[in-house]
Amino acid sequence: MGDLKTIPMDWYLLLSTILFSIGVMGVLFRRNAIIIFMSIELMLNAVNLLLVAFSAYHNDANGQVFVFFTMAVAAAEIAVGLAILVVVYRNTKSTDIDVLNRLKG
Amino acid sequence: MLQYAALIPFFPLAGFIILGLLNKRLPKNLAAVIACGMLLISFGLALGMFMNISGQSQEVQLAPWINVGSFSASFTFLLDPLSSIFLMIITGVGFLIHVYSIGYMHDDEKHNIFFAYLNLFVFFMLVLVMASSYLLMFVGWEGVGLCSYLLIGFWFKNKAYNDAAKKAFIMNRIGDLGFLLGIILLFITFGSSDYHTIFTKANGFMSGDAMITTITLLLFVGAMGKSAQIPLYTWLPDAMAGPTPVSALIHAATMVTAGIYMVARSGILYALSPISMYVVALVGVVTAVFAATIALTQNDIKKVLAYSTVSQLGYMFLGLGVGAFSASVFHVMTHAFFKALLFLCAGSVIHGLAGEQDIRHMGGLRKKLPITFITFLIGTLAIAGIPPFAGFFSKDEILIHAYSSNKLFWALGMLGSMMTAFYMFRLLFLTFSGTYRGDSHKVHPHESPKVMTVPLIILAILSTIGGFVGVPESLGGTSQISKFLDPVFKPAQAKMMMVEGSGGVSEMMLMGITITVVLISIFAAWYMYVSRKSVPVSEGTKLPFFTKLSYHNFYVDEIYSALITKPLDKISELLKNIIENKVIDGVVNASGKVTEWVSGLMRFVQTGNVDFYLLAMVVGIALIIFLKLM
Repeated sequence: MGDLKTIPMDWYLLLSTILFSIGVMGVLFRRNAIIIFMSIELMLNAVNLLLVAFSAYHNDANGQVFVFFTMAVAAAEIAVGLAILVVVYRNTKSTDIDVLNRLKG
Repeated sequence: MLQYAALIPFFPLAGFIILGLLNKRLPKNLAAVIACGMLLISFGLALGMFMNISGQSQEVQLAPWINVGSFSASFTFLLDPLSSIFLMIITGVGFLIHVYSIGYMHDDEKHNIFFAYLNLFVFFMLVLVMASSYLLMFVGWEGVGLCSYLLIGFWFKNKAYNDAAKKAFIMNRIGDLGFLLGIILLFITFGSSDYHTIFTKANGFMSGDAMITTITLLLFVGAMGKSAQIPLYTWLPDAMAGPTPVSALIHAATMVTAGIYMVARSGILYALSPISMYVVALVGVVTAVFAATIALTQNDIKKVLAYSTVSQLGYMFLGLGVGAFSASVFHVMTHAFFKALLFLCAGSVIHGLAGEQDIRHMGGLRKKLPITFITFLIGTLAIAGIPPFAGFFSKDEILIHAYSSNKLFWALGMLGSMMTAFYMFRLLFLTFSGTYRGDSHKVHPHESPKVMTVPLIILAILSTIGGFVGVPESLGGTSQISKFLDPVFKPAQAKMMMVEGSGGVSEMMLMGITITVVLISIFAAWYMYVSRKSVPVSEGTKLPFFTKLSYHNFYVDEIYSALITKPLDKISELLKNIIENKVIDGVVNASGKVTEWVSGLMRFVQTGNVDFYLLAMVVGIALIIFLKLM
């Protein structure tokens, strides 16, 4: 535990902000749905990293418990999301999100 | 022994449940036997109770019912002389009418359900007269109303019959509202709806107490509805749409006397309110005369009898109003005998003539339907009040009491009985004497089967000897019925300032006058319809003014329609056009329009472009965070 604290808190903050921003950019600018999923994972893990870091600095296990929850939920989300994607791919032979425009009002 | 009497109503109920559930799965004969058998058992028990009652009154609690706050009511039956007489009438006459129905309804496709309804009716009627509280009486009261509705509209495929059923139900509801308000006021005043509690506490009230007067008048509104008194009488003549045994049982012998029973039961309350007594007597005597004038010109055999029922019920209320409670109950009894008899005879005639009800197309049936003729003659003599037939004693006792209370009531009552004799003999002569005026090629008049004529004969015997239980002392009798009922009515009689009886000699004189008047009008009827062979003119002929008024029921239905139904229709129409169509529909449609407009705006957001959704989401979250951190 002590090792973690050798790196200043600011670096953790900076790293996770960068990771999160990369994730947001990926979500906003990529067309491939699988890449978007990966970007979302990136955002989630950026937050996880931050939680773990704070948890360590404050000697409070709550943050790590949160991380476990996030992971479990993310796993479930990916399972459902990928299943949907498989179906989309079977129907359209593409994973490009621009084909998913049937819900136009 | 008296304990078993509490079971009396449950046999017809069992009959109703069996017949109602199995309905068409039961063979007709078995269904009829079950229905009649149940009534016979009840009659046996009622007879046993009647023999053993000898002036006692006993309450039998069956089950608790309502227990809320200070209010409690239970299923408790009251067994006393008054209820025992009614039980005898209901089960006895009811049984005979059930037997008669076997023949009358034999070919009807809804035969079994008819008997189920009849049994249900008898059950509710028994509950009505056996109840030991106003609340339980109200249960029976509503129940008989329901059965009346079901049976008037028994042939519901005919719209006119259905309308008649609805009319009866709605008219009764108007009366029931008064009755219900009366019960509520009774509860507020006495803290209970039990007869025992109320009548005991009522002893502490002064004569003429305003609350008692209000209560009794409200109760009387209920009685007016159920017992077809002015102004709520118009449903009864229309109720003849039902099968004839129904007319006999419900609309002549039993249900319509529920009002009489209720007023007689509440005797002590009425005795405390001279105003209510006067109103009861006045409404009674006016109805008696009014209905009789209408009956004079009717041409439908059942309509004549219906108006005569209204008129006789008027006599009973006259009796109650002048304090002759036991005379009224006596008249209920004799009336049940002879009116049931007359209706069943009418049914037998209708049956023999394949559904013909118009007396202008009858005549000369004396030879063709001999048993019906003789029994009808006995019934007519009984209702006209010829001694020694039943009606004479009961009606005379009422008239004598009326005389000692108010001479005007007596005179009107006399006028009524004069007309009664006339229209009844007019009916008798037009139906049975002279020559047959119907189409003898199409219709072959024939006597009814034994199952119908035997009840007629029994009722005819009862109509002949039924009066002997109440032979007044002035004729050397002992008026046993009033002695029998004395324990019930004594407290009420004590409360009233009794006018001294008019004395034996004058009583004889009054009877003499009645008989003379009745004989004269019988002679008049004989002269017009036998000697001069006149027949009522056919439809569409111009009638003299009074005849026309009477023939059209004094246009009372039309007046009610113009005064009540039409304005109500107009108001409903107005409400429908303005409130319903404009206001309510407007609000509903407007909310739909607004939703449509808003969604029209919102649909531009749904571009179908996932990129856009994602961008919107990120910007939204960023905005929320940004605003939070501000």
